[in-house]
Amino acid sequence: MTSETTPKSLRTIPREKAFYFFTSIGNYTGLSASSLKDFLEKINQVNIKSLEFHLNRGDFEKWLNEVLEDKKLAEQLGRLQRSNLSGDILRSQLYEIVSRHYKELTTRAAFSM
Amino acid sequence: MKLKNNTIALDATDYKILEALREDARQTYTDIGEQLGIAHSTVYDRIKRMEQYGIIKQYTTIVDAEKAGAKKITAIMTIYTEPKESEKVAEKLCKAPEILEVYTSLSEELQIIAKITAENQESLHTFIANSIAPLPGVLRIRTSILTKKFKENAFSIVSDPKKITFIKETRNIERRETV
Repeated sequence: MTSETTPKSLRTIPREKAFYFFTSIGNYTGLSASSLKDFLEKINQVNIKSLEFHLNRGDFEKWLNEVLEDKKLAEQLGRLQRSNLSGDILRSQLYEIVSRHYKELTTRAAFSM
Repeated sequence: MKLKNNTIALDATDYKILEALREDARQTYTDIGEQLGIAHSTVYDRIKRMEQYGIIKQYTTIVDAEKAGAKKITAIMTIYTEPKESEKVAEKLCKAPEILEVYTSLSEELQIIAKITAENQESLHTFIANSIAPLPGVLRIRTSILTKKFKENAFSIVSDPKKITFIKETRNIERRETV
């Protein structure tokens, strides 16, 4: 897989552009994600409060749009935000959406090699 | 005030002068001299010496930000760090104008405690997320936004001559015990 064929959202980004998981204003959990794959893994590790906090603020959507430049996934998470889910249901839904999208991207990238 | 090996040892009069300046740094040497019953030239000499040796670091203005119309928020951050990186993190924090004070503390884990100011909660969060969390060695951060101030005072100087005498007496007692 070359950098030309790799979708932008599959690349690893520098630490200053990573997503940092907080549970509330100024309270950093110590977990961060530097790629979509990393983000997917962290969804299952991070405190549920953090997922609720960021989803309600639209932070995931913003990061996906502005940093990973993945408009499609950003839109999907925007819809998830509007569904007002919380707790473990939110975690599983979020994981499913990101996981499905990640598989699509990796499959497409593999075929374009 | 005694000089020994290029270091300065303050006496009770010096502490009283410092306390008087802490109360009101705009007082004249004569005002302070009259309060303490000493010559203004003595006050002048001692203040100059304390400035020279860095005991008096600066004369500043304490602004009541709320009355000045600055609607800012203040928060205390506890930043847990990897021991090897803590000094670097603390030094970087010191360079940020948003950070008012930085301390290190050793409890169960190495921590940096910092006072931070921001326009509002959102800008506080953005600064912490974009500028502090990404610093190498930062493990996690706890932030408490301050809501009401009950007291704020600069470092208190022992001004009571009895207390100073007590300290001296204690030292004498300790000396006697160790002999």
